[in-house]
Amino acid sequence: MAFYSKNPRNIINNLKSKVGLWSLMKQSHGTCSYCSCLNTIHLHRFLPLTTLPQFTNPDSISHKKGHFPHFQRFQSTTTEKQIDSVPNGEHSQVLDFPGGKVVFSPEMRFLSESPSVYSQCYRVLDDTGQLISHSNFVPVSEEVAVKMYSNMVTLQTLDTIFYEAQRQGRISFYVTSIGEEAINIASAAALTSDDIVFPQYREPGVLLWRGFTLQEFANQCFGNKADYGKGRQMPIHYGSNKLNYFTVASTIATQIPHAVGAAYSLKMDKKDACAVTYFGDGGTSEGDFHAAMNFAAVTESPVIFICRNNGWAISTPTSDQFRSDGIAVRGQAYGVRSIRVDGNDALAMYSAVHSARHMAVNEHRPILIEAVTYRVGHHSTSDDSTKYRPANEIEWWRMARDPVTRFRKWIEINGWWGSEAESQLRSSIRSQLLHAIQIAERAEKPPVNDLFTDVYDNIPSNLREQEKLLKETINRHPKDYPADVPI
Amino acid sequence: MLAIARQRMLGQSFKKILPAVSVLRSYSSAAKQITVREALNSALDEEMSADPKVFLMGEEVGEYQGAYKITKGLLEKYGPERVLDTPITEAGFTGIGVGAAYYGLKPVVEFMTFNFSMQAIDHIINSAAKSNYMSAGQISVPIVFRGPNGAAAGVGAQHSQCYAAWYASCPGLKVLSPYNSEDARGLLKAAIRDPDPVVFLENELLYGESFPVSDEVLDSSFCLPIGKAKIEREGKDVTITAFSKMVGYALKAAEMLERDGIYAEVINLRSIRPLDRSTINTSVRKTNRLITVEEGFPQHGVGAEICASVVEESFSYLDAPVERIAGADVPMPYAANLERMAVPQVEDIVRAAKRACYRSVPLAATA
Repeated sequence: MAFYSKNPRNIINNLKSKVGLWSLMKQSHGTCSYCSCLNTIHLHRFLPLTTLPQFTNPDSISHKKGHFPHFQRFQSTTTEKQIDSVPNGEHSQVLDFPGGKVVFSPEMRFLSESPSVYSQCYRVLDDTGQLISHSNFVPVSEEVAVKMYSNMVTLQTLDTIFYEAQRQGRISFYVTSIGEEAINIASAAALTSDDIVFPQYREPGVLLWRGFTLQEFANQCFGNKADYGKGRQMPIHYGSNKLNYFTVASTIATQIPHAVGAAYSLKMDKKDACAVTYFGDGGTSEGDFHAAMNFAAVTESPVIFICRNNGWAISTPTSDQFRSDGIAVRGQAYGVRSIRVDGNDALAMYSAVHSARHMAVNEHRPILIEAVTYRVGHHSTSDDSTKYRPANEIEWWRMARDPVTRFRKWIEINGWWGSEAESQLRSSIRSQLLHAIQIAERAEKPPVNDLFTDVYDNIPSNLREQEKLLKETINRHPKDYPADVPI
Repeated sequence: MLAIARQRMLGQSFKKILPAVSVLRSYSSAAKQITVREALNSALDEEMSADPKVFLMGEEVGEYQGAYKITKGLLEKYGPERVLDTPITEAGFTGIGVGAAYYGLKPVVEFMTFNFSMQAIDHIINSAAKSNYMSAGQISVPIVFRGPNGAAAGVGAQHSQCYAAWYASCPGLKVLSPYNSEDARGLLKAAIRDPDPVVFLENELLYGESFPVSDEVLDSSFCLPIGKAKIEREGKDVTITAFSKMVGYALKAAEMLERDGIYAEVINLRSIRPLDRSTINTSVRKTNRLITVEEGFPQHGVGAEICASVVEESFSYLDAPVERIAGADVPMPYAANLERMAVPQVEDIVRAAKRACYRSVPLAATA
């Protein structure tokens, strides 16, 4: 296809370096798995002990379709020697194929379906909130850390109260993000407001961070007149043009190729921004995920794929979802740089997304982040997860592995937070939320003509006619229609 | 047997006659002739030149110059950033096109045929068509999906289906289907400029056909309105509606009917959604008889919708039951003789028109 013919040299160099590394593994590392070694090299190379500028590749200006300079950072120097030692000429074991040069071997060897060692997971804070020694991370100021923590608490409280509101019959439906607060807030904190977000449905924290108010959340859930969605969607389908957060759709994984398209557009417009998309472990089984990853790599689009691997897709555990070693390993299959992160470690999430953004925007490349976590809540209010998983497992993750508590411990250690601030925050948020719900509940519903607008840019004549007919019918039989819907 | 042989001969001779006939019927100024392919290519070229947000995506659209050479020369002129050769993933590139449209660019996504759009139909319907409504106007999707639709010649069941009825049933989409070069240019330009998602159904067999076009059509600002049908031929006895390739067949049928004293009014729908109900109904109120023609499957087809619309709005004007001519209710066979029998032919339209004019026994009586 077109792309190969354009960049033969880079493809050749690509393959050379990849293959060289592989034979290096075979020779000198024996049982060491392909994946984990590669991962180690990844980590050591792009998270240096000093901060950011170190890993900016000066050659990374977009228009050079140069994979080669970037791969250099990932090879050890022995690999290069390996390549050079491949003889050319009559004893050459290298042949040209359309994709590039391939080194042959008379030994039949299948690539294993699973690594002997699972790919490493990046984490910076341990379970007690202490910084792990020799950790690399992007530092956060007190202001940012406290804001992150407050948002995490707000998200947690928002979820609890809205869930209860659904149980009381005040809203029809709700989806919680309990257990995934760190993923939500820390990733949002590492992005800029120009970065375009394509969510699945378990990322309201990103919207919260960007400034969506509690009232705005409540309005959407109650589908009232002030809802930006004009009451057209179920609760939790938030969206905000202003905050660069694309309206949540119920379809799984469809947002992933959308994000790549938007990222490509950002690159074409030469904007200092990237696209970010979130999805769960289940979403990675959809065709859209694979097509999007492949496309992002081929088009060199500045997009960050954040997978919330929370162990469950409604009742389907990850063991029934895929047999690969999670999601991060798939990145390499598509030519996408990836990392596995402890999703409950806010500091690690922040660092990973921060670095990812830098690479995506400056090097025009996609990055895949697999954030491992646990879905503490039920899939939604239509689900009772105790039916398919043990209640004590849920409790353990809720208490012992709570990302909010973990981060709190860290900011307390730094002297940035205390128990008084804690109780003040929690009670303030709670009362704000209850107030917001009260107002949202009492507000008027959207008017009847909102049924017909926005199907097209301009309302077509047939819909205008139908609207007229509907209004006449309502006027003639007002008893048959709800009183709280304005005409 | 004889009928089929005659059909073949007629078909060939009609192909030769057609351009001359069109010249007589069209504009008085000495008209330039361009093929539908050239019309589409020039429309894309002009729209890309006028608006830097417009870009093309699809399989083989760039280096290969387009699977049907519609995008010939555009990669060379606009570069690989604006003419994207995609990997083989309809779902992928449609989703990506929609994402680019969400951002604010104006992608023109090509499907090698609309049969392959089925792999991407979730993105067309759920991500493109419904987004403006679901987001309450926050997300507009100015995207165009184009490609050949319907039967070609000898391509079998999985490459011959007509998707007009499928897409036209969905609110939020606009569905256009051009017939001649003027339609192709005007409607494609309108589609690209429109802020709503548009499905643009072309026809592979029409790509190579030449039609005369006036200077107005060749002007780069030329545009046809979406939602307006065109009366290709005026008549007083029976209305024949058609779109795409069937317009040509309907015109030939009208020629044949004229010799028998039946003057048919041929309407080129141009726009399947929104359907120009007013033009159709006005015509039926004049002629009192209606035949709808389409290549697609009969059940839930475009003809069914037109029939319902006419029955709802102009029932008392009808002097005869509405008849639908459609493709046979079978997956398209490959063998040439079977394929010919699975697609409407000019004779089918002529016979239906005669039945509507009570010149022959109604179909129901023979069943």
